[in-house]
Amino acid sequence: MIRLTDQPFDPGALLTAFAEGRSETGAIATFTGIARAEAGATAILELEAYPGFTEAEIGRIADQARARFGLHDLAILHRIGRIGPGEPIVFVATAAGHRRAAFEACDFLMDYLKSRAPFWKKEHGPGGERWIEPTAQDHADRERWDKETTG
Amino acid sequence: MARVLLFGPLRDLAGWRERDIESGSLAALRSLLAEEDEALGLALDGPGVQVAVDQALVRGDMPLGDGSEVAFLPPMSGG
Repeated sequence: MIRLTDQPFDPGALLTAFAEGRSETGAIATFTGIARAEAGATAILELEAYPGFTEAEIGRIADQARARFGLHDLAILHRIGRIGPGEPIVFVATAAGHRRAAFEACDFLMDYLKSRAPFWKKEHGPGGERWIEPTAQDHADRERWDKETTG
Repeated sequence: MARVLLFGPLRDLAGWRERDIESGSLAALRSLLAEEDEALGLALDGPGVQVAVDQALVRGDMPLGDGSEVAFLPPMSGG
């Protein structure tokens, strides 16, 4: 499942649904990203996507993850629109035979979502608004997966 | 007519999100946009700005057909 939503979601319910009916999956890893208040600096986070294109690009990242880690299944749900502090922004679940693949695939997917998935993020706070670009750390996090391929 | 879409900071800079513009190629479209809005023209050539035509990333110039969708995509950040 790869989906965008402009509605709040419950990560627990998503995990329950994702885990259901699996007899060969030995491990499920999940990640939930939450909007931070940044000590009052961020009142609202606004996320923009390019409908159709965004899902397709995430789909390509997901295909890479499936092949690379031998996943049984994965789920990615990403919020768009206006998000308040404490609300989940992104949910990623990976299912594999064993834990290492599930953990690593979840990590890999998040590193790609942070700096390669077609989303644009704007912070609204008391000091005004600003667009957020991926940080040097975000790029470094993603690039370590390239190194591991060649090494 | 090509449909031109701007995302993220590009949209704020230009003050529009979507426009139909008559242009035969991507390069011609870029010059047209730069001519009417110099700041936008510079931003479209800025670091990390990618272009998708009909929802596929492209590099360099390419012809635009009637109804082509051209999206200018500034550096992306999800999660």
